Amino acid sequence: MTATLKPRKRLRLSTVMDHIVLTLGALFMLVPMLMVLQLSTVPDAEIIQRGPSLHIGDQLDDNFVKAMFEASGFSGKNTGVSMLMNSFILGIGFAVGKIILGMMAAYAIVYFRLRFATLAFWAIFTTLLLPLEVRILPSYEIVQSLGMLNTYQGLIIPLIASATATFFFRQFFMSVPEELVEAARIDGAGPVKFFIDILVPLSRTMIAAMFIIMFVYGWNQYLWPTMITTEEDMYTLVRGIKQIIQVFEGTNLPEYGRGNLLALIAVIPPVLIVVFFQSWFVKGLTESDK
Amino acid sequence: MAVVHFDAVQKVYPNGFEAVKPASFYIEDGEFVVLVGPSGCGKSTMLRMIAGLEEISNGVLQIGDRVVNDIDPADRDIAMVFQNYALYPHMSVRNNIGYGLKNRAVPRDVIAAKVDEAAKMLNLSDYLDRKPSQLSGGQRQRVAMGRAIVRDPALFLFDEPLSNLDAKLRNQMRIEIKALQRRLGVTSVYVTHDQVEAMTMADRIIVMNGGVIEQIGTPSEIYQSPASTFVASFMGAPPMNLLEVTRADTGLRLADQILPLDLPDTGAELILGIRPEDIIPDPNGPFSIMVDIVEELGAHRLLHGRLGDQSVTVHVPKDYTVAEGVLRFAMPIEVLSFFDAASGQRVSR
Ligand SMILES: Nc1ncnc2c1ncn2[C@@H]1O[C@H](COP(=O)(O)OP(=O)(O)OP(=O)(O)O)[C@@H](O)[C@H]1O
Ligand SMILES: [Mg+2]
Repeated sequence: MTATLKPRKRLRLSTVMDHIVLTLGALFMLVPMLMVLQLSTVPDAEIIQRGPSLHIGDQLDDNFVKAMFEASGFSGKNTGVSMLMNSFILGIGFAVGKIILGMMAAYAIVYFRLRFATLAFWAIFTTLLLPLEVRILPSYEIVQSLGMLNTYQGLIIPLIASATATFFFRQFFMSVPEELVEAARIDGAGPVKFFIDILVPLSRTMIAAMFIIMFVYGWNQYLWPTMITTEEDMYTLVRGIKQIIQVFEGTNLPEYGRGNLLALIAVIPPVLIVVFFQSWFVKGLTESDK
Repeated sequence: MAVVHFDAVQKVYPNGFEAVKPASFYIEDGEFVVLVGPSGCGKSTMLRMIAGLEEISNGVLQIGDRVVNDIDPADRDIAMVFQNYALYPHMSVRNNIGYGLKNRAVPRDVIAAKVDEAAKMLNLSDYLDRKPSQLSGGQRQRVAMGRAIVRDPALFLFDEPLSNLDAKLRNQMRIEIKALQRRLGVTSVYVTHDQVEAMTMADRIIVMNGGVIEQIGTPSEIYQSPASTFVASFMGAPPMNLLEVTRADTGLRLADQILPLDLPDTGAELILGIRPEDIIPDPNGPFSIMVDIVEELGAHRLLHGRLGDQSVTVHVPKDYTVAEGVLRFAMPIEVLSFFDAASGQRVSR
């Protein structure tokens, strides 16, 4: 008998089941995307006639050029590129703003002996019950009276006060050992230095997680940008796609192919953000030793 | 380097708990003082008041010639080593050690030189670019030490720095810390509940109990002449034997014997204290104990038994053969301590 006795790999039922579930899940998520992709390769007329099919047309590059570089409105400013740009500014501004504000609020609540700190925290927390949709009229009124309609500030600032981020950072800060704070105090780190040198780097996994969630959330905003931006060069993708598909001019068909492709393009940045930050996130989790 | 002066320093926590009763004492320049006592006796509170991490409720605390009651920890010229090391997890060892200097706007090349010097002193030179999570417990402890020594502070504060290490490493680090302190000559206050650490490291020991300082003295003073029954039973392993004695016309009665001693009669009941190793087995000795258990400890043996109805421990060398049963012994009168049974305070002879 030879010494090479390899343990036989047994295909276990649970492994098979896991893969079936995962495959089904993946298909469930991917098939609609592939359908949209297919639909953006065929002429718009064919979409109306045949609906989704397995036919791959030749309109993809045509649609791509239209989607990215051709304006759909009157002003000629809302090209795909500019809408992508605006969406990025909204998504990043929204996420970064929420993180900065949430961290600073949590820092104040956890580390400073404020009177009514707990009360303040719960007051912030209850604003979870008041999402933008509930307070949209007063918010609009304020933005308008500040003259911030059709500006990035107007788009972003009213959205960045975040109970969620404050809450998560508060929980995280409370888990930072007291000794660390004291060591930093003795090492001569004042409140600002402690925040920047110690707390922010320690929070990086938390920041990455928040960034993923908040960027996607901001990117997908629809109602608020629709209200605040009336000028076409301020349109975001999510809002702009709607317009492309809506336009019915005389006998012209809506530009389905172009809209579909733009919808696909709109999915890519959030996916990239998740993929990129996820590796960071996992690295942070395994490296820290708290 | 500095002296530390406590003048009726008291700590009352906001919830009204008096963790440290007004304490007054003086720590000499370059002295290594160990604060020892059972859990919850206020050692950490005392140390944290020196550090400035805890507000002083009453009294005056002076470091050097400055009253520091209202001075920020960063400006007290102290460095502290924490029980759980409190290293910054995201910084390399180098940055951990240098962080305090960086915050004080020390030029970069000076920081680098000082960090290198400290690392060499602590055998950390090979680890400077690692993160704390990549170090062993002993190495982390050294980094925490390094962070303290690069600052050249006037005062080192240690709060149970070795309690997370295993026994062997603890012995080694104990010696290293003591040697380092000797070499640098920096006044140090060291909190521990380990009496071996207290005895071996201290120039002077402060024994605390329930927020009160029971005794301040050199290790041998604390060991030989404990100021109270608490100190007698807290310091020393096994602790001092404490035996009830009654007064008789010719001296003190212990079991069926009279000790020919002339103590001033205050009318109080007395307790006699004797260290286990001061009890000398002697076939012709006046006292006898019933030995119940012989505890074999290698270098020596401990005999646990009863003298009348009081339990007694005797420490005998390893070459002294004993069996369970009756053991006769003698007690040199000079080594006996006496305490007031009611107050527990030492009675001078
Ligand atoms: N923030 C606080 N508020 C109220 N009481 C406190 C506070 N911190 C500590 N105490 C109490 O003060 C007493 C002394 O605490 P301290 O931490 O000084 O004890 P210690 O001697 O260091 O004990 P250990 O050996 O367990 O560390 C304890 O009884 C503790 O419960
Ligand atoms: Mg303590």
